Amino acid sequence: MLAYAIRRLGLSLLILIVVMTAMYAMVFLVPGDPASLALGPRATPELKEALRERMGLDQPILTQILYFFGNVLQGDLGTDVWSKRPVLDQILEVFPNTLILGVVALGWALIMGVLLGCAAVIWRDTLADRLLGVLSVSVISIPSFVVAIYALIIFAVWLKWLPAIGAGQKGDFASQARALILPAFAVGVGWVGYLARLIRASMLEVMEAPHIRTARAFGMSERDIVFRHALRVAIVPTISILAVGFGSILSSAVFVESVFSRPGIGTLITAAVEKRNYPVVMGTVLFMTAFYLAVVTAADLLIARLDPRVRDVLRS
Amino acid sequence: MSAPLSVENLSVVYRVAGGILQAVRDVSLSVQRGEVLGIMGESGCGKSTLAAAMINLLPVGAEIRQGGVRINGTDMLKLPPAAQRALRGQSVAMVFQDPMTAFNPVLTIGRQLADFAGAHDPARATPDRLVAMLARVGIPNPARFLDRYPHELSGGMRQRVAIAAALLMQPDVLIADEPTTALDVTMEAQIIHLLRDLRTSFDGAIVIVTHHLGVIAELCDRVAVMYAGEVVEEGTVDAIFHAALHPYTRALLACDPAVVDPSSGRLPTIAGRIPDLTALPPGCAFLTRCTMALPACHNPPPRVLLAEGRSVLCHRVQP
Repeated sequence: MLAYAIRRLGLSLLILIVVMTAMYAMVFLVPGDPASLALGPRATPELKEALRERMGLDQPILTQILYFFGNVLQGDLGTDVWSKRPVLDQILEVFPNTLILGVVALGWALIMGVLLGCAAVIWRDTLADRLLGVLSVSVISIPSFVVAIYALIIFAVWLKWLPAIGAGQKGDFASQARALILPAFAVGVGWVGYLARLIRASMLEVMEAPHIRTARAFGMSERDIVFRHALRVAIVPTISILAVGFGSILSSAVFVESVFSRPGIGTLITAAVEKRNYPVVMGTVLFMTAFYLAVVTAADLLIARLDPRVRDVLRS
Repeated sequence: MSAPLSVENLSVVYRVAGGILQAVRDVSLSVQRGEVLGIMGESGCGKSTLAAAMINLLPVGAEIRQGGVRINGTDMLKLPPAAQRALRGQSVAMVFQDPMTAFNPVLTIGRQLADFAGAHDPARATPDRLVAMLARVGIPNPARFLDRYPHELSGGMRQRVAIAAALLMQPDVLIADEPTTALDVTMEAQIIHLLRDLRTSFDGAIVIVTHHLGVIAELCDRVAVMYAGEVVEEGTVDAIFHAALHPYTRALLACDPAVVDPSSGRLPTIAGRIPDLTALPPGCAFLTRCTMALPACHNPPPRVLLAEGRSVLCHRVQP
């Protein structure tokens, strides 16, 4: 298990290095000079040269990449061109908002998805199962920002039940929680449908397995069989999809945060792109890549933990 | 007192692409306490369908057309689902053919045994009782077994665990569907020995479904021979092995792989194949393969009752 964990972490690290190199190289492939962009069209050549020197752009590219790596290792993701603040500080300031949004959205989607998926299995081929199926596919096909806009209009503007914008008062848990409800609903609702379908399909396959027949032959109730025996087998393939899904949840958070003007990685990156604030864009993408890799790696390790067969293959 | 298990005029069909497949046809059997009934026949004769019907857990597409399965006198098929569940595991327990797939791969043996017993009586699901039962089926170091996963055990060990699971609730009927078929020869012998030892301490009825003549000879008191969904001959092990009357039983017994036919140098077989169960002829189902057929065999054969528990389905046999 330990050897597997180390191998898996090593692979993630390698991916991260490739991403970093590719990202840095892209800056040079894109036409234009970061220094002139940063200083604007009216900057003098001397000023540009000075900034280039300060940014290390006059060094050979390999030196620059190594320099970049060194900085990243020290936790330095560069400096905001406009505010002159360290990029990492800005990211860490808003990241908790996005993380909470993603976790709450995925969390409620997972709970609802598992319950509805299992319900569909218990009631399979009945009207309830078909209705759930139609409903699931419908919510999957609606983009999260559309859900966000309608949720905002209905619940915040018309009914005035929930706040329309922002992330709530700092330090006031109730206000923050209320501000979270609509965005988390918008981000998660498609995933409820997706996970319900996924769990249902995965469960139906497991329910055909001989060990389920054994459980039935011993008089276990269908509900116990579904929740205690089949779900444990069916959830394993779902975990890796959840991890990959977390990536797409974070990208739908970009839209939803914009709709709700909610501070977060999404609003940070949209604002940075609009202002051509490259260090912030690069730093944010790198940060999210690293975070995403960490989630996927953790999911792989969790699967190894949950499925004893995988665990043993890895041990030997 | 009524028999722990009796099957009455049971017919099971499968809905298949070509029509209706008659898997079990008008089968009546009963087993007494302390008795071991063997159900013997070649592949496709309906013996596993019959075993599944005994706990009313037929595969999708199967349908019981008529008859009943009485557990201690109560017709299980007429009970509501919850009452049927209460019987399964508690009054009738089953050991399945393939121990490799019979257990949940991601739950420990202890957890599964506890769940099986706990479905009826949580008081019986204690680790002490589980360990005691594992010890009874000859598992060494049973306490350590509870934390093991199924894939960590050999096929023979898993089949022992399956037998332990079946015995946990002290059922009145134990059904073993091909309990040794998926095992290699040495494991098979061990499981046969285990079942033989258990016979003496188990006071319920045992049904063993197998195509293995050795298992029948070693373990059973009585045998029902099945062909094309019907019980063609029933009798004590002695009667079946030494005085078989139905031509099919005789042919089946002649198919002992230990005996090579001296004239051809090949293993003995029964010529021909099982008839198409979706389009059975009106007469005897064995007619096309029978070497002793009479003109009368084109009519349905009579069930000739020779004694209590001794019957043959054949025109040739006279009462």
